[in-house]
Amino acid sequence: MTKWHDFLEKDGKAPVWPYPVNYDREQEIETDVLVIGGGIAGCWAAISAARKGVKVALVEKGDTIRSGAGGPGCDHWCNAPANPLSNVDPDEWAEHMTEGIYSNGIGTQIQCRENYDALLELEQMGGKIRDTDDEYEGAIGRDEKTKFMISPRYTRVHSYIPGLLKPKVLKSNPEQKLNNVVIRVWGTTFKPALKKECKRLGVNIYDRVMVTSLLTEGGVQGARVVGATGFNNRTGEFMVFRSKAAILATAGNYSLFLLNTELSGYNTFRSRNMTGDGVAMAWRAGAELTLMERSMILMLGTGYKHTWYGGAGDASYENVPLVDANGKLLPWPTQGWADAGAMRPTPEVMEKIRQGVQNGEYALPFYGDFPAMPDIERKATWKLMLGEESTTKIITGSYEKAGFNPDKHLLQNYNFIEGTSPSQWRTTGGGGPVIDWDLKSTLDGLYVAGEQTFSAGDHSYAAATGRYAGRKAADFSRQIGEGRISREQIALEKARVYAPVTRSDGIDWKELNAGIARTMQYFCSEFKTESLLNMGLDSLKDIEENHVPRLYALDPHKLMRSIEDLSLLTHGQIVLHASLARKASSEMLNFFRIDYPEVDPPEWRKYVTVKLENGRVKVGELPMKYWGDMKANYEAHNPDYEGVYKGK
Amino acid sequence: MAQKKTYALPNIISPNTPVIFNADICDGCNTCVEVCQVDVYIPNPEKGKPPIILHPDECWYGGCCVNECPRPGAIRFNWPVQQRAYWKDKATGKVLRDSQV
Repeated sequence: MTKWHDFLEKDGKAPVWPYPVNYDREQEIETDVLVIGGGIAGCWAAISAARKGVKVALVEKGDTIRSGAGGPGCDHWCNAPANPLSNVDPDEWAEHMTEGIYSNGIGTQIQCRENYDALLELEQMGGKIRDTDDEYEGAIGRDEKTKFMISPRYTRVHSYIPGLLKPKVLKSNPEQKLNNVVIRVWGTTFKPALKKECKRLGVNIYDRVMVTSLLTEGGVQGARVVGATGFNNRTGEFMVFRSKAAILATAGNYSLFLLNTELSGYNTFRSRNMTGDGVAMAWRAGAELTLMERSMILMLGTGYKHTWYGGAGDASYENVPLVDANGKLLPWPTQGWADAGAMRPTPEVMEKIRQGVQNGEYALPFYGDFPAMPDIERKATWKLMLGEESTTKIITGSYEKAGFNPDKHLLQNYNFIEGTSPSQWRTTGGGGPVIDWDLKSTLDGLYVAGEQTFSAGDHSYAAATGRYAGRKAADFSRQIGEGRISREQIALEKARVYAPVTRSDGIDWKELNAGIARTMQYFCSEFKTESLLNMGLDSLKDIEENHVPRLYALDPHKLMRSIEDLSLLTHGQIVLHASLARKASSEMLNFFRIDYPEVDPPEWRKYVTVKLENGRVKVGELPMKYWGDMKANYEAHNPDYEGVYKGK
Repeated sequence: MAQKKTYALPNIISPNTPVIFNADICDGCNTCVEVCQVDVYIPNPEKGKPPIILHPDECWYGGCCVNECPRPGAIRFNWPVQQRAYWKDKATGKVLRDSQV
């Protein structure tokens, strides 16, 4: 009796919605700092703001206990050059990590300076960060004194994409010792510890509430952000948050190009909850956004949800040698000690393997040769790395229950087995609001943290930037008076949000999601041209004008999914506008314009920005390293910060 | 064959049953309902009974429901058929697959 139709068959009727439904009820909450999104960045932002003694509200679509991409777990604390075993200088490392790529220098500097402090605080809250039970004695990278487990990741090779960063000798590490900047952690312990700390500090947590819009002073686009609206996705109750400062700690968008909403957990790297709501609400409020034209190929395959690691690999890596079906070793790096952290083969080696597959030199499928590993390294990879990473604990558990034993079994690897043609399945590529050295957006009162700061979705990055944005937003909230909200803006938003529950006929959220995804697949895929992109905008406009008014939702949950679709729609429009604005191709952004084939020409090595001004799209630009000298600016903006690393 | 009342139901969505409850062990504490970030479950109208899997199609396979369950064995994962994993015995070369049902 756990399936819906069981009830129908037993009682002759569907079960009643288990929560009271109150679409007409409205709650108004006043706070100093409002945190939107209760993932890793959001929890850290709330904790850090609350430590400053201001009143904090944290709003989360799921339940803060395990929500967000890092909710289930985390196996690596990346880019922690301030840790005592590191052989590199944090400032030099931060500089190195942002060389030549569209990587957020402000966020990376904060991460490299402060994420080790955050890690130590996490330990105080109850997170496990050391091998205190001596389970991994003898593993490479384990330090007996601190009991830290250094990961092979980035030990010498610092890039996920081969060739993107040239190997170089760091001034702070002239002898080229291992960099030791990534720490293995027991991240399944983190999220409950963070929620507990939020509660201890008096953060008001609003779980199961989807934030739908930002409120601006007087309802004017581009004015100071003075709050937000939302609704409870179980009860349908409307929420108005009035705040002095807000922090956008929402995630990226992983459903925009996905046609099929069934098996959605298998098809996306992130859960359906991550639909780009933050970007959509920031856009509507008038914030300037950047890197919105970037997209990424989403690789799919067979086997348990092996979009682990963005589909690039599967359980069989990090020190696990890859072999072909006949046991022949492949020239595939293991992101391990043997190859000092390289993750993917270089394009040349990849081509060699491809040819080898075709001429019979390498037989498919490939396998991860766990039994070939030293016992302790196998245990560290299987039990610690895979056992603690986001959603993989349940996967290793399932393997074991099904009879897999890493001591004697080779695990199938999914590279090449589905061919190597580019896939139409994409994800949006981590664009977001332009931010300054306070992690403030271009709107007063709106701060940004985590993945939303046009960056990769990295756990320690989210933690460090959340923690930073929290203290900056708290400081701002102390200096400024209450903002003037617009009742008209709230009324308009309320009408927008509840429109689908006024209907019981038309199209449901799944059909709308598919319609939007198809538009993106057709008009914003591998081959882009001005006319295709414009056709995409026309198509989304058609959907907006003719199909959105037919959208219906039967309960508060489906209402959430419906409003998420509207975020997807807006997100798609932003992506198309940004794609039109970049009149050049870019390898680094995985962005190819047929009508502008030149790849990364010097004059286009810059950030293209888009925003709404009086309802019209305005295009702008920022130089590649618009943040200036990272070390100097970080120090100028944080003269009183007390961390482990004291600077040089 | 015993005649069972046949209802006119739409197609069952896929996956149908991302997890399987053991009603003998589950005491209906609804921990899984609370830790699921996409709200796959709703509480059972009958107290003490396993939750209803209302939105199986939205399952992210995050695993928190199983990992956090205070009563081991009350829930287990049931990976959809196309997601079952393959592996190979190094000694015998035999290819194996997760055939748990």
